[in-house]
Amino acid sequence: MKENLLNLFKHRQLLQTLVVRELKARYRGSILGFFWSFANPLLLLIIYTIVFNYILAQRDPNTNPYSLFLFCGILPWTWFSSSLLQATNSIIDGGILIKKIIFPAEVLPFVSVISNMIHFLLGLPILFIFMIYYMKGLTWNFFYFPIFVLIQLIFTLGLALMLSSLSVHFRDIKDLIANILTLWFFCTPIIYPFSFQVIESSRYFKYILKINPMTYFMLGYQKAFFYGTSPSLKHTIIISIGSIIVFWIGYFIFDRLRDTFVEEV
Amino acid sequence: MPAAITAENITKLYKRYAFKRQFLTFKSAILKGDLFKALKPEESFAALQNVSFSVEQGEALGIIGNNGSGKSTLLKIIAGITKPTYGKVITHGKISALIELGAGFHPEISGKENIFINGIMLGLSKKEIANKLDEIVRFAELEDFINAPVKTYSSGMFMRLGFSIAVNVNPDLLLIDEVLAVGDEAFGHKCIDKMMEFRRKKKTILLVTHSLPMVEKFCDRAIWLKNGKIQAIGNPKEVTDAYLMDIASQEEKASQQQQIHVLETVKASQETQPQISPEQDKLQPKRWGDRQAEIKEVIMADVNNNPKHVFSSGEPMKIIMKAVAYNKLNDYVFGIGIINSEGITCYGTNTNIEEYEPLEWEGFATIECFIPELNLIEGTYFLDVAVHKQSGYPFDYHHNLYSFKVRSRIKDVGIARLPHEWRFPNNIFKK
Repeated sequence: MKENLLNLFKHRQLLQTLVVRELKARYRGSILGFFWSFANPLLLLIIYTIVFNYILAQRDPNTNPYSLFLFCGILPWTWFSSSLLQATNSIIDGGILIKKIIFPAEVLPFVSVISNMIHFLLGLPILFIFMIYYMKGLTWNFFYFPIFVLIQLIFTLGLALMLSSLSVHFRDIKDLIANILTLWFFCTPIIYPFSFQVIESSRYFKYILKINPMTYFMLGYQKAFFYGTSPSLKHTIIISIGSIIVFWIGYFIFDRLRDTFVEEV
Repeated sequence: MPAAITAENITKLYKRYAFKRQFLTFKSAILKGDLFKALKPEESFAALQNVSFSVEQGEALGIIGNNGSGKSTLLKIIAGITKPTYGKVITHGKISALIELGAGFHPEISGKENIFINGIMLGLSKKEIANKLDEIVRFAELEDFINAPVKTYSSGMFMRLGFSIAVNVNPDLLLIDEVLAVGDEAFGHKCIDKMMEFRRKKKTILLVTHSLPMVEKFCDRAIWLKNGKIQAIGNPKEVTDAYLMDIASQEEKASQQQQIHVLETVKASQETQPQISPEQDKLQPKRWGDRQAEIKEVIMADVNNNPKHVFSSGEPMKIIMKAVAYNKLNDYVFGIGIINSEGITCYGTNTNIEEYEPLEWEGFATIECFIPELNLIEGTYFLDVAVHKQSGYPFDYHHNLYSFKVRSRIKDVGIARLPHEWRFPNNIFKK
């Protein structure tokens, strides 16, 4: 397993090339091209803002301006959920590579996660523009956010490795994961703050939120971009260790199943 | 110098599809990293069984065998794409496997960008690819299209580009799976030249192919795989000959089966439709005539009267007809005709044309037609036999009921092989 992890480092050029291919191919033939990386989160934001400002207007005053609050959570969540959706299919879709050429299979889920991370990073300038527009969250605490990007990367990679290898044997995962992610989205403080009154008043909701690792990522981003406060050291350490464990388990499962891919894909 | 490839007792089991068992074995798969030990023998299928051999550096080894004999699995195991269930493979040197050309090409991006991606997948660095780019493009003959997206390429262009990248990886060990049948004739020659160049550079080559002349011409040794086992290994000529003989005997069996089937079908249709006009469907097996005389049995045989359905071109052939006349007959003619698969009569003759006078005949009689040299080209042929009056009135006519195959090492063309020999008084050829 250690050897394979080192191999992964050796394959960084392959990884890089495939990520570039993924990004290039994604918008090839579309008129707006790379602009879609900015346009997609913006459009999503407009939809959510309309829904939660005008249709479901019951809101916590802590979340003003709401568009900015929403943006802090939706950007990293989109990275997380698209990565997992794409990674789940990555081995099956990359079947021809695994079956026909000498190819390190773990590169495939990595490409899914990293190419989505680049979309996430491309969306950040829009977030900064919003922050300047509202004059909100502009403190030195802003510079804590790369820590959460790094921890989220490790956490997402762990899950991506797990899902991509298991879905080769259980194709059901593909359908399951889309629904689980929707549920997970609503169980994470993205469209509402952690201190939302409905949450506060229910012991169960509070408990669910507390055991959900994504909660702490969102809190980290919201503190850095929105509230302008420093992150909780305790939570950061817990999710760092947790993410490394998830990555290790994910890689362990992947490594154990790797030899079965050629026959099952 | 260590051997380029050493394979020891390779066995590869594939799981037969059994969904229920999948769940039971899954836990063991994760904990022990082994999906197969938990399977019962009847749930697995051995694609390779105890295959051992070694290949010296600079040697070219051909692998031949029927479809499903395990050739490609063996190549994939040597390439490291899949692992053997039991046994081990040790290889020395950089491997390039030409199993699927252009695997990983992305249709939306240009040929040039795909060269870089594919090259990196095959283990080159960006710098190496940049240095070889012109050569790759030139070899693939795609100078004018290299900046167009790959989805606009014809399948020949696609394959050419894939081949060009793969051979420019400059491997020590080249594994080729039936990919020389790429592109047009001219490109085929270029591919073979490239292979020859690898030979001269003393690279180790493993070639899986159905082209036996290629194996004989190109390889130092050959392996014949049959049902996942090595059937023969050694001199390519000997191995390919053994393989051909095996195919011939299998075809012999298949032809016999088919013959029985055809005769039964015709017999069955006789009972339902007693009168069929000879003009109908030229290639359909038919039998007609009033059966005052009947051909009971037709045997195609070798000189020793052993029934045979697959002949080598130029071999002797004996056609034996066992006939019976139910009444006394004075006017009868026996004839044969050999028809090729396109319905063209290659040769036809009868006892009347060749001026044999019929005597009086009643009861059983055997008629033999001996052909000392069956000078036909390779293909499938039908044999017509008949007994009729001199006027043509049929007693018993068997049309397309019997078939045989002719195999030939020489792929000449036409309808028949005229006996001939080449002479070169100026010695401008050698054999």
